[in-house]
Amino acid sequence: MQAYIDQLIKDGAFAGMPKEVVYAIAMVLVGLIVLSVFVAPLAGLTSWLERRVWARMQSRVGPNRVGPQGVLQWLADGIKNLLKEDLIPTAADSKLFSLAPYIVFMGFLCTFVVIPFGASLIVADLNIGILYVLAVTSLVVVGILMAGWASNNKWSLLGGMRSAAQIVSYEIPAGVSIVTIVFLAGTMSMQGIIRAQGWGPWDWFLFHNPFTFAAFFLYFTAALAEGNRTPFDIPEAESELVAGYVTEYSGMRFLFFFFAEWGNLYVIGAVATTLFLGGWQVPPLPIFENHPVLLAIAQFTTFFLKAYMWVFVAMWVRATLPRVRVDQLMGLCWKYMVPLSFICLLGTIGFMFVPDDLRRVIGAATLGFGIAIIIIFFMRVKFQISNARPELYFKPHI
Amino acid sequence: MNESIETGTGLNTEDMTISVGPQHPSTHGVLRFVVKTDGEVISEAIPDVGYLHRSIEKIGEKVTYHGYVPYTDRADYLAAMFANQAFCMAAEKLAGTEVTRRGEFCRVIACELNRIASHLISVGTFGQDIGAMTPFVHALRERETINNLMEEICGARLTYNYIRIGGVGYDIVPETCAKIGAFVDHFEPIVDEFNRLLSGNKIFIERLAGVAVVSREDAFSYNLVGPNLRGSGVKWDIRRDIPYSVYPELEFDVPIGTAHVGMLGDSFDRYWVRIREMEESCRILRQCLKMIPKGPAISKVPRKFRPPAGECYARVEAPRGDMGFYVVSDGSEYPYRVRIRTGSYTAMSIIDKLSKGIMLADLIALIGSLDVDAPEIDR
Repeated sequence: MQAYIDQLIKDGAFAGMPKEVVYAIAMVLVGLIVLSVFVAPLAGLTSWLERRVWARMQSRVGPNRVGPQGVLQWLADGIKNLLKEDLIPTAADSKLFSLAPYIVFMGFLCTFVVIPFGASLIVADLNIGILYVLAVTSLVVVGILMAGWASNNKWSLLGGMRSAAQIVSYEIPAGVSIVTIVFLAGTMSMQGIIRAQGWGPWDWFLFHNPFTFAAFFLYFTAALAEGNRTPFDIPEAESELVAGYVTEYSGMRFLFFFFAEWGNLYVIGAVATTLFLGGWQVPPLPIFENHPVLLAIAQFTTFFLKAYMWVFVAMWVRATLPRVRVDQLMGLCWKYMVPLSFICLLGTIGFMFVPDDLRRVIGAATLGFGIAIIIIFFMRVKFQISNARPELYFKPHI
Repeated sequence: MNESIETGTGLNTEDMTISVGPQHPSTHGVLRFVVKTDGEVISEAIPDVGYLHRSIEKIGEKVTYHGYVPYTDRADYLAAMFANQAFCMAAEKLAGTEVTRRGEFCRVIACELNRIASHLISVGTFGQDIGAMTPFVHALRERETINNLMEEICGARLTYNYIRIGGVGYDIVPETCAKIGAFVDHFEPIVDEFNRLLSGNKIFIERLAGVAVVSREDAFSYNLVGPNLRGSGVKWDIRRDIPYSVYPELEFDVPIGTAHVGMLGDSFDRYWVRIREMEESCRILRQCLKMIPKGPAISKVPRKFRPPAGECYARVEAPRGDMGFYVVSDGSEYPYRVRIRTGSYTAMSIIDKLSKGIMLADLIALIGSLDVDAPEIDR
């Protein structure tokens, strides 16, 4: 991207303009394009999909009226919320109140800059890519605290405080799990991390050794907590705090918080895919050699599906689990996840001294273990489904 | 403020007063608590009742005995059948009216179906309070079937007005009996499924085990009744201990708290008693469907119902515990006085005691586990 702009400058396309201004304009334009073409539909469709998946799991129907299968529901909701009154409570700190949703939104949107959708499909391959993700997602907590404080509502304040404590705590296990991978890859660049892996599961960092396998689940759990997802959705716990930090928000501002939440789900999946699941790596088929566009599409699809699988898992978890209490949440983080993540880090460092042949054997064993877990898991799912008795639901009069 | 200076933190802290309700999502109807908290920890939660007062007891003095039955539906609209039955039992006792045998069986069948429906709402919303959204919808799905059955039995889905003085309003036809049997066959595995989904969940158990423990003595001194009392390990059930209707002929257990995950009388025990009671209700329903005799569903009762002067108290085991109707007659067509005793009202009084020192999230669990029901508190 940057190279392309440099080329244009060299060709004299922006005669008389300072280089920095061109960069700034290009960044804004790219941001707008990414936002309107990719991120907004993605978050919107995720919201529709979540409601739909959730409804199915709860033996409901879900939104199915707007467009085929209700797929345009998010557009209808967006328009509805845009047309609503822009309400700011009299007692609220109006400046902070109106600023907060955008900071939360920005915190999630900026991560899209470094998400690698393909070998060449990335806005900027920063050499500190993953550190940048950690840094900008921390903005979210600022926004949430701001919303909680500025609303001048006791529920909002409690929600904001809970959220701050939660996000700050869970950044430690998430960060340490990420560092585990940075050690293995030897780089913080997102593309570099993906290139250090291969297309097959045996080359993924997930199955590099037992410690990275554990680190993946630590990262995913911590990321769910950072994203305020069930079972860690205590900042907006409906039954306890009414709506937490969004209690006083309505209309488009309210939507921005949830926009960020649903978009953030995808970011969680994308980062997990990049770090542990081999990113966009596709098998080196001969057909790709002459068709770079086909290769790009294949890479994008691979990455998208891998990331979306974890979005689906997050939805599934949300439909299944109850919510933990705030002290249990902190206990889980500080008593179990922080020590475990450090053990994973040390273990992985130890594995870097293990001879490569032995390491491969252990990696293969880890892969077998992972496959066994998946098989057991799906057998349980099959058992539950075969024992479910939905006939009566379809025939309510028996 | 002085306390914070004594602790030497230098921070000027004071308790925050929060009004939980009457429009709070988890106060099921219109309850209100004035909660004083230090951050997340509650120092006191004072219940504030009266938002749903409809003068049902006073209305009883202004309408005839027959005409009052539909009003009793509204005392506890999640379990309307029991208020019907308690009032009709009181009126029958006053006048010495006989209930036909088939009528008694119809009453028990309708009541036990209603008990399952009420407990489904209770455990479903309880799960929702803890944060599990799916069990609530599954519970309501099953309740919907019961509503359909109720509609077939008596034409109404929520406020039934089914049990009348002297029997029941409409006979349960054999086709409906077959459908109830099919529902029971279907429902028993659903309880197991529900347990796999919610009751066995690690997070759910962690949230409830050992939270808001009601000791046996506290349960007595605060006059807890029904599942809340049985959760504390007291084997007391009006159906068994002060038998009425045809319950003495039926075989059923009285489930009590077992403390198998936490302490005796904690929130989980109260929840677990309700789950097991649904299974017991299924057992009762099966027996009733087998034993139900032929004959009229209602005995001959004069349209102008004038019981002789006197007073009586009739009690039934409602889903929220001992429900009693105290009716005074002066020999006229209208009751002289009607007084209703409900389980939720006393359950509400113990919340203040239990809420000291627990967390805000536990208060929600406590309210849900006591299954307090706003219409029943205020009447």
